[in-house]
Amino acid sequence: MILLTLDWAFIIEKLILIAIVVSASLVIAMYATYAERKVAAVMQDRRGPNRAGPFGLLQPLADGMKLFFKEEIIPNSSNKFLFIMGPALAMLTAMMTSAVVPWGNKLEIFGTTVSLQIADINIGILYVFGVVSLGVYGIMIGGWASNNKFSLLAALRGASQVISYELAMGLSLIALLMMTGSLSLKTIVEEQMKGGWGGILGWNIWYQPLGFLIFFVCAMAECNRAPFDLPEAESELNMGYHQEYSSMKLGFYLFSEYINMFISCAIITTLFFGGYDMPFIDESSMSVNMAALIGIVAFMAKIFFFIFVFMWIRWTLPRFRYDQLMNLGWKGLIPLALANMLITGAVILARQGF
Amino acid sequence: MSDILHPHITLPEGSIEKQTSTLNLGPTHPATHGVFQNILELDGERIVSAEQTVGYIHRAFEKLAERRPLYQITTLTDRLNYCSSPINNMGWHMTCEKLLKVQTPKRVDYLRVIIMELARISDHLICNSIVGVDTGALSVFLYVMQYRELIYEIYEEICGSRLTTNIGRIGGFERNFNNTAFTKLEKFMAEYPKVLKEFETLLTRNRIFMERTIGAGPIAAERALNYGFTGPNLRAAGVDYDVRVHSPYSSYEDFNFEIPVGKTGDCYDRFLVRNLEMWESLKIIDQAYKKVQEFKGAEAEVYHADIPEYYLPKKEDVYTKMEALIYHFKIVMGETEIPAGEVYHSVEGGNGELGFYLISDGGRTPYRLHFRRPCFIYYQAYSEISQGAMLSDAIITLSSLNVIAGEMDA
Repeated sequence: MILLTLDWAFIIEKLILIAIVVSASLVIAMYATYAERKVAAVMQDRRGPNRAGPFGLLQPLADGMKLFFKEEIIPNSSNKFLFIMGPALAMLTAMMTSAVVPWGNKLEIFGTTVSLQIADINIGILYVFGVVSLGVYGIMIGGWASNNKFSLLAALRGASQVISYELAMGLSLIALLMMTGSLSLKTIVEEQMKGGWGGILGWNIWYQPLGFLIFFVCAMAECNRAPFDLPEAESELNMGYHQEYSSMKLGFYLFSEYINMFISCAIITTLFFGGYDMPFIDESSMSVNMAALIGIVAFMAKIFFFIFVFMWIRWTLPRFRYDQLMNLGWKGLIPLALANMLITGAVILARQGF
Repeated sequence: MSDILHPHITLPEGSIEKQTSTLNLGPTHPATHGVFQNILELDGERIVSAEQTVGYIHRAFEKLAERRPLYQITTLTDRLNYCSSPINNMGWHMTCEKLLKVQTPKRVDYLRVIIMELARISDHLICNSIVGVDTGALSVFLYVMQYRELIYEIYEEICGSRLTTNIGRIGGFERNFNNTAFTKLEKFMAEYPKVLKEFETLLTRNRIFMERTIGAGPIAAERALNYGFTGPNLRAAGVDYDVRVHSPYSSYEDFNFEIPVGKTGDCYDRFLVRNLEMWESLKIIDQAYKKVQEFKGAEAEVYHADIPEYYLPKKEDVYTKMEALIYHFKIVMGETEIPAGEVYHSVEGGNGELGFYLISDGGRTPYRLHFRRPCFIYYQAYSEISQGAMLSDAIITLSSLNVIAGEMDA
């Protein structure tokens, strides 16, 4: 009887939203691979993919097809269950983070108001951190289960890297949270929309520049992107933790990396760049749906800009060495984040008049 | 073994901290540019000991050379250090000329200098950009690759091929340089300095790159000399030994250039020395090109020494003149007797002193030919250099020593 008491309209609405968000992030991740290759090509004076479809736009589809049709190889000496678990976990955690991101304000469809956020939970950021830290299991389990020394080394690198950078990441956000006073991502965005100069001055980046820098660096490390791509350092560990993988299991790993990048950029935008806030436009004067659409466009534009920055950095900088990475994390970023926290705390106290 | 790494802690026997793991770096690993093996004993990421293995692409060139007339050995030298095969070719031709006591005309010498310095630039460019790749900066490598292409186009214009060039003949060149070759050379000289500057901007003062390379894989001057290091790797350690200056060949004494010298002999110094050498090479090419342009009239048509027994006659002469036909037949069939004797000639190759030790007992082929291959010598020191380093350091050390499998195994 409990089924009847459920709010079915609400469940269906959320299910549709989940389907849309998941497929959208998959498509964006797909085209992020295309964008990455094009960006790399531009930076290296090459042309990049241009054979499949106009401007090579069908290239991601072709890649996906190819991965599906490849032979599935599970090494004899591997732990088969964990070997399959690895990429599954990586993909799962990558997709889960998108649940708390506010993609826009709200839509009005057939008289009902639909919030463009799957779940506005009051511990949004904590949820993000929890899920992201689960993500390292994908690397660890995959690398260990492969029973390959290169993979194992990569798994160890990945695990220690993600764990140490998560600390600095968390600390850098505490200062932000002290300012906003809320862990809900939606609230954080709405707080930022109130600032002057078309809303831009309200963005957290102006109040937390150091926090943003630390968060940005850590986000890059969390995504295993260069210069922090030690777990898959192709010149040292061949392919790193996914060396033994083939077919779509490899595809899952590669895909989850791009989804992670997309979600990281979404989180950065949400926290520091006003989320779906379009500057210089007064949303209250237009219809709700129009405002939401403009918000989504603004949000995506900001995300794509950060994805581009991620790629730009990847194709410019060399990679750290393992101990230098740890030095930067523990001796550089964590003290900085702590200092940032202290300064922010002091300023807040001073404004309240001690 | 791990007491090198934990000097102050005594661990009980059989404890897990004492266990090391063995990692096979190569024969097919992206960091071994070619096929050779390193058996690394690792304590975590630190290298306790490294054991090098050679011979994966040993093709018995020295033995093959004993069955070949002199002019056919050039193709073997191509395949030593294939990043700068023209230097190997020229070195071999000069060795033969030394044995045959042939004096090459000045114009030939200068043309050879141009080609050799172009080859040095392409060799150093690849080596340095590969150091970039191994530190993770792939773009730099792919970006400069198109400017190596300019060098290869010049080769193409002169000899028709690009990588394994087989360029030149005993006594000179197979044909005179055409105008297109010189135009392409001018184009290269105009475009390359800008690119090299850009390349240096991308890496030389890059903080991450500096952190990665400074102090990685150092070798002291004394150890380097003991091992028999030459070339950029020795100069990076602080010894100003350069074959071009110490025993000039091909009229190198006519040119004005400097020998860049490093201090610590680590990857960063090797990188800098190679970069500076590229600038010096550009200077040499500029001077050589000016000198070549000074030849006028009949002198400007000279592109080989007058040694009919060893230098193939023109095709028209083969059809019309009897002597030319005879020489052509004798050379092509490898029936020219070479004088008995023993010579050693070395050139400053892309990697270091590339020597050819040729013994002839008067037959049609060498009695014995030995290549002094610098890469083989560098690789001997690899175990010592990489001991106690991190895995990532060991990999950039390998690429910055510029160990090329073809030259190492011969």
